[in-house]
Amino acid sequence: MSADVELSDVSVTFGSFYAAKNVNVKVNGGEFFSFLGPSGCGKTTLLRAISGFQEPSEGKVLIDNKDMSGIGPNKRPTALIFQNLALFPLMSVSENIAFSLEVRGVSKEERKKRADELLELIALEGQGDKKVHQLSGGQKQRVAIARALAVEPKVLLLDEPLSALDLKLRQRMRTELREIQKRVNITFIYITHDQGEALTMSDRIAVMNEGELEQIGKCDEVYNNPLTPFVATFVGENNPLYGKVTGIDGDKAQIETADGQYLAMMNESKKLNIGDESIAFVRPESLFIPRDGDNFDNKINVNIESFEFEGNLKNFYARLQSGAKIKFSVPNAIDTSTISSGSSIALGFDSSKSVILPKASLAID
Amino acid sequence: MNNFLFTQPFFKKNGKAVAIYFLVAIIFWFVFLVIIPQFYMLDLSFRTNVPPLARGGPEDYYTFEHYSHFIFGSKTATDAFNFVDLGVFGRTIFVSMLVTIANLLFCYPIAFYIAKIANPSTARLLIVSLIIPFWINELLRSFALRILFANEGVINNFLTGIGILDQGILFITYDIGLYTGLIYAYILLMMFPLYNAIESLDINQIEAAKDLGSSSFRTHWRIVIPHAQPGIVSGCTMVFMLTVGALATPVVLSSPNTLWFPQLIYQWFNMNDNWSRGSAYSIILLIVSVIFVLTMMRIFKVRIGEIIK
Repeated sequence: MSADVELSDVSVTFGSFYAAKNVNVKVNGGEFFSFLGPSGCGKTTLLRAISGFQEPSEGKVLIDNKDMSGIGPNKRPTALIFQNLALFPLMSVSENIAFSLEVRGVSKEERKKRADELLELIALEGQGDKKVHQLSGGQKQRVAIARALAVEPKVLLLDEPLSALDLKLRQRMRTELREIQKRVNITFIYITHDQGEALTMSDRIAVMNEGELEQIGKCDEVYNNPLTPFVATFVGENNPLYGKVTGIDGDKAQIETADGQYLAMMNESKKLNIGDESIAFVRPESLFIPRDGDNFDNKINVNIESFEFEGNLKNFYARLQSGAKIKFSVPNAIDTSTISSGSSIALGFDSSKSVILPKASLAID
Repeated sequence: MNNFLFTQPFFKKNGKAVAIYFLVAIIFWFVFLVIIPQFYMLDLSFRTNVPPLARGGPEDYYTFEHYSHFIFGSKTATDAFNFVDLGVFGRTIFVSMLVTIANLLFCYPIAFYIAKIANPSTARLLIVSLIIPFWINELLRSFALRILFANEGVINNFLTGIGILDQGILFITYDIGLYTGLIYAYILLMMFPLYNAIESLDINQIEAAKDLGSSSFRTHWRIVIPHAQPGIVSGCTMVFMLTVGALATPVVLSSPNTLWFPQLIYQWFNMNDNWSRGSAYSIILLIVSVIFVLTMMRIFKVRIGEIIK
């Protein structure tokens, strides 16, 4: 059983500070939905508002179309996985998992049966008698998930639960979380500052900044068609090219910068007019070293400054004539032996791979 | 020898001067303040009670008479057992247990409130107001309570004055004043271990329990109390030990008809001038208290290391 979660005009204030401001979002039942944003953007506050630890100052939280105002966390059909997991150290793994059943007065045999089922779900069969501290980081993670699922919640809330794990484990847990979600088929609401996590696991994501929602959409939509300069630079990397709009042709706009003119896609909801201050964005992987036969409608001259080897990619850091910095990435398979620091080269990019937005502050400012 | 001593890791780690200071201080404390007085008392408790001049003479020999007096009474008594002293002893132990439990029940909610609910400035204010009364000596605090609880005291005068009672309640005669005084006397020694233990509990543990559907009572029973157990045992041990050995509070607040065991010990030392018997009674109190505490620790499966944390 899964449930819709709707935040309707939710604001949370601490004194005069808005931790969350007029948030409107509807999470569909069975969806894996992520709130993505930098630390302090209010995403944890929203999660606490959904779980019931924080009453919204304004607006309503609806779960299955029922207003949750005044309903405590122990009475909501939600379960929360804490950032530090908050497993009970003095209880065994099984006792942890079955705690929610214990407090509901479920019999001991029934509790054991359910704990064993959940241990199987998280691939920890036969380890129920262990103490929590005897488990590895990944195992603890899974126990926390099992403990939350034991309540049979309609909505599972996850507060950056992977942040304490090392990279490899984190990547594995992403896949595992996603699989568990599909198996139990309940709504997952996930909080993270890690865009990789959000993009790989989620059906949809909501990008937050300073308490407000910047954009809600499918992962590729948010990545390819960011609505604001903040989203463009927070989700993935992006090179900003500042300038003024000098021409409009259908859904494309021409921008005049200190280093030349470029053509980029306008967003339908962010139409520009000639003369508007704007920023065109081009991602490092969309900048190419032109080869014979390539025909890019944008060309850009850069001076290479430095180079970094990432494994699958080679990253080049360069400057435009105006001094603006620019980064481009080349797959490792491509030969770049002719490019060296100090050399000047022309890059190309397609206007369909570049977006132009009204000027506003970036995530990296 | 010197070289051997100074090459020990303890000396290397702390430096010669500091290491010597540590050693001297610890040895002085242990030998002069712990071992010698206790052993002197133990020795005295097995000797006959003779005037100082007769010490070492034929009258001064080892005997169990003081211990047997505690159990069987004087040789001329008609009763089979020393019901008076055993009664005082039993009552002291029993009431001390109740005082300890009352203390725990009283302190737990306050400690929890200060540690987990109150905002920092309220918590500081509460802690300070708990401590300030204890800047005054125990004896004076007992007298203050006596003024409240006396037959013509503040409480009775107030209650009769506004017409709730026709006659004052005999707080002192029924030892209500004594019990209140004993609970109050060592309350900080319960409060602080409890506060420390509860304070170290991650608030997420409480929230997680709540999120999983636990009632407030059950969260305390399954999460907070197990976590605070070392603090609870530590507080109970200290309060029990000090209550059992309390003197000033019973002297001021107990009813004229009843005695607290340390008052009995005091009488043997000072009024009856029988130091040997006083020593024997002290040793009995010490041993029974220690056994009691060790039993409690075994029952609640707490190790000594956790208590002194």
